[in-house]
This record gives sequence, C-alpha cells and structure tokens, in this order.
Amino acid sequence: MTDDLMGRRELLRLTLGAGFMRVATPFLPQTGSSIVARVIHSSQESIPVIGLGSWITFNVGDDRAARAACAQVIRAFVDGGGRMIDSSPMYGSSQAVIGDAIASLPDPRRVFSADKVWTSRADGRSQIEETRRLWRVAKLDLVQVHNLLGWEDHLPVLLEMKRAGRIRYVGITTSEGRRHADIERLLRQHQLDFVQLTYNAADREVESRLLPLAADRGTAVIVNRPFRQGALVNAAARQPLPSFAREIDCTTWAQLLLKFIVSHPAVTCVIPATSSVAHVRENLASGRGPMPDERLRQRIAAVVQSL
Amino acid sequence: MDDWLSYRLSDLILFSPQTYYRMFAQYHARIFPLQVIFLASAIALPIIMRRSPERAERVVAAVLAAWWLWVAIAFHLARYSTINWAARSFALVFAAQGLLLAWFALTHRRPRSMPNQLGAFGLFGVAALAPAGSLLAGRELTQLELIGVTPDPTAIATLAFAVTATRFRLALAIIPLVWCAIGGATLWALDSVEAWIPLLGAIAGLGLLLRRRRPARLTAGR
Repeated sequence: MTDDLMGRRELLRLTLGAGFMRVATPFLPQTGSSIVARVIHSSQESIPVIGLGSWITFNVGDDRAARAACAQVIRAFVDGGGRMIDSSPMYGSSQAVIGDAIASLPDPRRVFSADKVWTSRADGRSQIEETRRLWRVAKLDLVQVHNLLGWEDHLPVLLEMKRAGRIRYVGITTSEGRRHADIERLLRQHQLDFVQLTYNAADREVESRLLPLAADRGTAVIVNRPFRQGALVNAAARQPLPSFAREIDCTTWAQLLLKFIVSHPAVTCVIPATSSVAHVRENLASGRGPMPDERLRQRIAAVVQSL
Repeated sequence: MDDWLSYRLSDLILFSPQTYYRMFAQYHARIFPLQVIFLASAIALPIIMRRSPERAERVVAAVLAAWWLWVAIAFHLARYSTINWAARSFALVFAAQGLLLAWFALTHRRPRSMPNQLGAFGLFGVAALAPAGSLLAGRELTQLELIGVTPDPTAIATLAFAVTATRFRLALAIIPLVWCAIGGATLWALDSVEAWIPLLGAIAGLGLLLRRRRPARLTAGR
C-alpha cells in the first residue's frame, strides 16, 4: 500500500511538472474516440471522467413532459459513454426522475449511482434505503455524506454498510470551498473511497492541499460546480474562444473548462449538470481527445481569471 | 456559522425558473375552472367592505380563511411540494393562518371603526392586479398569480385585511408578512422582476400596521 501511495504521489508530481507536451491519462490509455477513464483506487474499477450532476436540472416534479426530457438527457449521457450520475435527497424529485429514466435504459447496470445521505437524524439508513428505492437499483454504488452534515453519525454507518456489501463505496462531499479543513482531517483519519469538492479554472484552492492529499490517500475525486452553476460559461461566452483551444480539440468554452478540470491527474470524474441533450453530448466530448498539459492549463486558468 | 453565512439565496432554490412557472401552469390546469369562483369572491370582498363595513370583517375573514386553507392543500401540499420539500412546512403554516382567520370570523365583534381603509384598498388592488404583474414579468397566461388561488397575492390581500382589523392586527399580519418575504425572495433568486410585488406589499403592509393615526369612524348603517 505504501509503495502504491508513493507511486501515486510521484506520478502526480511528474504529470504536473513542466516538460510534458501531452498528458497521457495517468491510469488508463485512451482508445479511439472513447472517453478518458480514471481508476477508482480502492477497487481498480475504471470510470469515465465525464459524469452527470442533477442539482436543479432533474428536479421537475411530476411534470411528464419535463421528466421525458430528463430521460432523454440521461439516455444520451449513457449512450455517449457516461456512467456516473450524482444526486441527493436534497435535490427534490431528482432521484425519482433519475430512477424512472434509468429503468427505461436497455442496460441500467451501466450507470454508476452516486448519491448522498443528507439528514441531521443520527441514523440515515432509512433515507439511504428510500434513495435506493427511488433509483430503482438493487444496490447503490456510492453513498456520500452530503456537505458533511452529521458525518460523525453517518460515516460509521456507511463504512459498516460497505463492509456488509450493501453499498460499494463511501465518500464525503463539500462545495464552494466550504469546510476544507474538515475535509482534510477526514481524508487523513479515514480511508475513504471518494471525496467530492468544487474545482474549476476559477476556483483552484483545492490544488494546493486537497487534491494532492486525495491522490496520496488513494481517494477518488469527484468535481462539482465545474461551471459555477453556469456563471463561468455565461461570462466566457462574451469572449471569443482562445485559439489554443484548437490544440486540444475544444470547440466550446464548456469543453475548455471541463478539460482543465479532468486534466488534473487527481480528478476521477467531473459532474456537470444539464437539462440539454446537446450540452450533455458537448460535455462528453470534452472527455475525449488530447488533454491540456501544464502549460496549457495555466493559459486556460489565466484566461478564465481575466473574464 | 460561517458556513451558513456563505450560502447565497440562489443556493436555497432547488428548481429552475422554467420548472417553477410550469408548476403554476400544471396547478391551474388541475383546478380549472375553480379560478372563476375565487375571482368572483375577490371581486365581492371590496364591495362588501364598502357597503356594509360593520359586517365586512366577519365575511372577509371567513373568505380569507377559505383561501388560505385552499392554498395550503391544493397549492403547497399537492403541487409545490413536488419540487420543493419545504412546501410541506409552508402548507402547515398556511393552514395555521387559515384557522386563525376562521377563529377571527367566528369570534367577530361588530367594530366601532376600521382604520387604514384607503391603504387597505390599495393593498387589495395590488393583490388583485397580480395577474397583470405576472404577465408583465413574462409569465404565460397559464402561469399567472391569482388572488385566493396562489400564495403571494393571497398574502398581500390578507395584509390589506389585517391593517383594517380592529382586533389582533399584528397576529393576523405576521404570517402574510413572512410569506411576502419568502415569496419575494424566491422570485428574486429566480431573477424575476415580480419579486417587487410581494416585497413592496410587505413593506406597505408593515407601514400601515405601524401607522399611528385615528381610525375612520364607521358611518354606514348607523
């Protein structure tokens, strides 16, 4: 395990160092037009780097037309090679909408179900079971403590559920830079499969400590708010796409922003949310082709900072 | 505590503007044509208040009670809760206000005077014109705010009643004031200019409640 961790730290240092013109995926090679995949360290299972979030976009209640539209987005996501879909009990009807959509897929097992426990009650088991029921799956893949709410109670329960085989992975989440000190402490104290946090070309705080620590600890990283809920894309849309975007096969700002994120070797999966089939395909495309090296990453960050 | 302060208003909204307005359209479609009854009762209220002010308090309170109980069940519980888990709590609060108004109607005593009548009519007018405000803000015809049918104009209309009430004015006004703040904040987070309607309604209502002028003496029917 020590050798493996040292190998990950060294690989992170090398791939972020100067001199690499292209960043080959640290863990799995690309083949053809398939989406880049990263390995979940604790199991060596591979997962495509582009996932799908569900905050706001899939909370459409019992509006049949809107639910059908959401199902089309999920279908396009899975057909395009995506696997991880992330949700939470906090997101209203999103879980039920996802469950209905997945049930209509030819192979629902292709979906990697990532959800959360979000309750101040000490025992979140009943909520997790309700989540599983809404997803209409036999077992949830990943359950995370949402924004660390009640982690003291929920984390032991999740670890026990994992040992019992009732869930596959355990994680914790935060967003928008909140509670990073607590996240760091928990990553050091517990062997967690996943950590979810905010990271993008404008919000880079996690580069200094949390991303290296996650890599060090063998914890997979899920990135939320890649576009700051659309604000980054809206701000960028007022500017022409930089010419260097062509070097990494990016034709839109959204792709450039996503490639910045997934090119960090500590990142396992990014989960942009969308209610548009066109946008989900655009997002998946950013998981293919060449990735920016460190030089290009700095140029992307500089352009975004200037927006 | 710092974490809670870092949350923006938009972080507390769980749905998109499109989903919110479509929810109104679904609601209206489900209850049509009951809107006609609510509109008729809304038109009747100011007429009753002008013609028979000493009996108006009881009738208006009873009608408002029915409106609040309706919105609690048909809007918050049956519709809004499908996209907002807080709507179940809203339903309880609206039901409580409905029961308070019903109690007020049942224990009504003939008033000697009714203060702030002009202000009340103004506020009621704002509530009645809510559909126009919705249209100007860009909503479709099927998505309008309607007095007695949807929460915001119902709250503003109740403020209009509370400022003229001769008993328990503040008690009758608390929940409508709070709801105007919540409704306005929701629309604000959704970037709608309509947010000003409930917010200004709350400010006007609060101002009228706190006014220290002698109430107009009742003359009709004496």
